[in-house]
Amino acid sequence: MAFLDQIKKDIVESHVWKSIFRHGYDDTPRNRVMMVTSNVFLHLHPAKVRRHAVRMRFTWCMGGLTFLMFLVTVVTGIYLMFYYRPVAEYAYADMKYLDNDMPFGMLMRNMHRWAAHAMIVFVWLHMFRVFLTGSYKPPREFNWVVGVLLLVLTLLLSFTGYLLPWDQLAIWAVTVGSNMARATPLLGYEGPFADFVGANPIYDARAFLFGGGEIGPHTLLRFYILHCIFIPFVASVLMAVHFWRIRRDGFSGPSL
Amino acid sequence: MAEVAREKKLPVDDKIHTWPHLVRMEFLVTLFVLVALTLWALTVDAPLEEPANPTRTPNPSKAPWYFLGLQEMLVYFDPWHAGVVLPSLIIVGLMVIPYIDINSRGNGYYCFKDRKWEILTFFLGFHILWITMIMIGTFFRGPGWNLFWPWQKWDPHKVVALTNVDLPYLVGFRDYWWSAAFSLVMIGIYFIATIALFYFFVLKVKGKAFLERWGLVRFSITAVLISLMLALPAKMALRLLFNVKYILVTPWINV
Repeated sequence: MAFLDQIKKDIVESHVWKSIFRHGYDDTPRNRVMMVTSNVFLHLHPAKVRRHAVRMRFTWCMGGLTFLMFLVTVVTGIYLMFYYRPVAEYAYADMKYLDNDMPFGMLMRNMHRWAAHAMIVFVWLHMFRVFLTGSYKPPREFNWVVGVLLLVLTLLLSFTGYLLPWDQLAIWAVTVGSNMARATPLLGYEGPFADFVGANPIYDARAFLFGGGEIGPHTLLRFYILHCIFIPFVASVLMAVHFWRIRRDGFSGPSL
Repeated sequence: MAEVAREKKLPVDDKIHTWPHLVRMEFLVTLFVLVALTLWALTVDAPLEEPANPTRTPNPSKAPWYFLGLQEMLVYFDPWHAGVVLPSLIIVGLMVIPYIDINSRGNGYYCFKDRKWEILTFFLGFHILWITMIMIGTFFRGPGWNLFWPWQKWDPHKVVALTNVDLPYLVGFRDYWWSAAFSLVMIGIYFIATIALFYFFVLKVKGKAFLERWGLVRFSITAVLISLMLALPAKMALRLLFNVKYILVTPWINV
């Protein structure tokens, strides 16, 4: 055993090891703070939090779980992107291939879809909890506004992903969901006052969304880029703002 | 004496270390949820129907479930209203909440007593209207967007009498201009009445001092948003009880 201890000591005190891990797991107050402040991921947290804010019955864990669901969809989504082509001729065949022939393809797709649905439920519950605890009250008013934007982006993320399987469920759900756009006042060709602007079926709000007058291959590519690049990018920026502001203002709680 | 006792009960610093207390909690919850999600994904497959076919419209065509509240509103309002104006108002209305709610009570803890009306308003908007509409759209709508019980067989040939008429017609107006004038007066009365009722309601439950502190801008925004929110159940009631299709009909917009 002395031999093993010596090896462990050699490794832990080596130049390389010390350059990576700056401190051990000693349970000292200083080390507990270091654990958080010297770790880029845990650094999302303050080093110390108020006692009540840790309790599950206060937060319901919903904000964190929404973020977790986002991470799950990112990881599984990247896996799906390796096998999926956003081209009308191939998209559906790629889904079949994913489901039946890819190792863990079906599991990844299931997890991606259910995590996306769970994310919507969690974000609604998070909003409900934040309302109940009045956590949008000063000084956190603006963070609630950022949260509402994130709520909208969550719905749009899910909605743009809905089209990608390119099956009957996908195109018709997206058709119904997007038909509203053609009724936009002034900007949609079926909307009020469209004549004043000159909106027509191939030149209006819905055509801008679809990349054409009807749902088609162009829409598939457009929604793919919105789903995989554009909205996640914007959402990530807003998430950074959202988390950073919580970090600055601290968890809400009754004043001492 | 009581003062001293209170001071003793509240420590100046009630903070605990994030590591291990919060991190441990997050780790365990993450683990639990990931296991649950994996089990769910192993047992329930994501749907995949037949390939997309633009020439075959399914009946009913339903939006994704989280938008079915909006699709359900299309029964009562035209698309420009239910699909564009109301969703925008929901988003804007949610965003202004922190700026119109100046009640300093209940900041960071659960309490119902001090925030009764705020919480009830949220409850009405979120649970009663939004969630209920999603439930109706998901479970009670079948072919032709007709109402079916969840256990009832969807009959695509179900015959539903179209007996809806516009409000001015129902009251007896036949001339276009008189109808439009009547409609505009009714809409004006609706807004004046709801805003006035809201004013006296706030005066009664919150008091004059609160209204002065609240200010005209905050009051106006809140009052308009509340009357617009209540317009949905109002229109639903008119439709379901009196078969009213539109309240106002013009060549450009119908409400």
